[in-house]
Amino acid sequence: MLRQMRPTLVYAVLGILFMFVAPQVLQLFTIINLTTAIALAILALSLALIWGYGGILCFGQVAFFGLGAYVYTISAINFGGSTWAILLAILITAAFAAALGYFIFFGRVSDVYLGVITLTVTLIFFSLIRRTSGPEYKIGNALLGGFNGVSSPPINLPWDTRTFLFPEQVFYVAMAALILCYVFVGWLVNTKFGRVCVSIRENELRAELLGYDIRLYKLGIFTIGAGIAAIGGVMFCNGVGRITPDVFNLYNAALTIIWVIVGGRGTLIGPIGATFALFYLTSALGGQTVLNNNLVLGVILIIFVLLVPKGVAPTVVDWFGARRRKKPGRVRRRRRGNRTEGAQ
Amino acid sequence: MTRQRGEVVVETRDLCMHFGGVRAVDQVDFSLFDKELRCLIGPNGAGKSTFFKCLTGQLTPTSGEVIIRGQPMTGAEPFEVASLGVGIKTQVPNVFDGLTAEENIWLAARRWHGDARSRSLTAETIERLKLGDIRRTLVGQLAHGQRQWVELGMVVAAEPWLVLLDEPAAGMTHEETYRTVELIEEINKTSALIVVEHDMQFIRMISRTVTLFHEGRILMQDTMEAISADPRAREVYLGHRA
Repeated sequence: MLRQMRPTLVYAVLGILFMFVAPQVLQLFTIINLTTAIALAILALSLALIWGYGGILCFGQVAFFGLGAYVYTISAINFGGSTWAILLAILITAAFAAALGYFIFFGRVSDVYLGVITLTVTLIFFSLIRRTSGPEYKIGNALLGGFNGVSSPPINLPWDTRTFLFPEQVFYVAMAALILCYVFVGWLVNTKFGRVCVSIRENELRAELLGYDIRLYKLGIFTIGAGIAAIGGVMFCNGVGRITPDVFNLYNAALTIIWVIVGGRGTLIGPIGATFALFYLTSALGGQTVLNNNLVLGVILIIFVLLVPKGVAPTVVDWFGARRRKKPGRVRRRRRGNRTEGAQ
Repeated sequence: MTRQRGEVVVETRDLCMHFGGVRAVDQVDFSLFDKELRCLIGPNGAGKSTFFKCLTGQLTPTSGEVIIRGQPMTGAEPFEVASLGVGIKTQVPNVFDGLTAEENIWLAARRWHGDARSRSLTAETIERLKLGDIRRTLVGQLAHGQRQWVELGMVVAAEPWLVLLDEPAAGMTHEETYRTVELIEEINKTSALIVVEHDMQFIRMISRTVTLFHEGRILMQDTMEAISADPRAREVYLGHRA
């Protein structure tokens, strides 16, 4: 297990280094921006888990992300503190995903319809919450605010609800959350549960003929993925300072898929890296008016689907693997365990 | 759990599977005893594969009952049938193409055992089936016959008490077919088997009780010699070649 986790741990250590060095080197504005990118990377990680490893193409991962952000914001306003709000955001989102997933997986809904259902749920959230402007739409003390959204209270110290974190401190929290989620997912895909999920992705019938209840496994990985997306949502509304129904729009739903396609299915670091890269690309493009942002993203997607269909990370791994094999006289070190893909 | 030889382990009562007006399986009463090796034969469309799928839970019968070791399994999910300790190999090789041969077999063993035992059982199975050379190869890159063997390995690694094989020798070379016969005889020392097969050569090599299907029904059930000699059987299946 430790051996298979080694690449994951290496990236985690690099992440920790970055976490401590970045605030010393970078400006506050960049750090605040980075917090948002980190939150989106957690979202990408959650889809990398359920699509890349579980084989579940969820077109509405952003629904869990947005739901997590809304639950956090509303409960933090009502509780007057963030600690329980974070836990509640994760739990409610996971419970919602479990209920939705129950009907999908135990009803044996096939892949395409699963995509349609999850996207529809996302767009329902979008339409519903947009219509909640006005004083009558409130939960406890929190006004839902329609398309203007709600401003999110920042995270406070767990033992002192009056000491709020500064933006650079939120950066530490977000980065720590990303690293923890990454290591957790890297561990999960190497457990029996994770390996069975991968086998279900490869061949559902065979997994079932071995005696695995694939409905339960799929429901499990779907729910865990939703919980992780909710953590991303909590970090997102902390980074931006508010949450609006736009998080549920079609653009964001599609963007999540693009991150995973570009980064590579079946890896974890790929989609995380792709999220940062595309986040900064769109920021850079935002500063000019020659090219339309969506057009560029569309072209990138087409290029990847046509030329690098496996995504960046698996292609790089293949490339190095091929080079290593070409070297003559080198005895390949036997890897213990019987895996095809360690989590990177 | 003590099981005596002679106990009925698989039974179907009045089993029917209709697709629209087609009676693929029609009123089949079948029983298999413990440690028995039974071959199901019949011409194309005789209903043997449909019957097989009704046993494994891949199809829900239109009517009738499937009873496996005393438990009603009519319309059960495939994983429920497999969870009784039944090893199943389908007609088209169903393997995990993107995983190594070793991982494929490990997944079969891990369903029943803890981590350490699964690893040793995987190693034993690889040894037993002589898959050592391809253990780290992705199954998707293997030849058809090798994929069949990986799938047989998955069946064996689960240590089933009942094994259902649908055309295990399809697409195999003579050498591979011969080894499959040997493996089947070895499995039969500890488990009951139902083998659906097309290849008469293969059936003769195993040569036990044979059930002949014709138009969804059981036409006769006897030894291979008796079936070969029977004029009705020759007419529906063997033609006049045999």
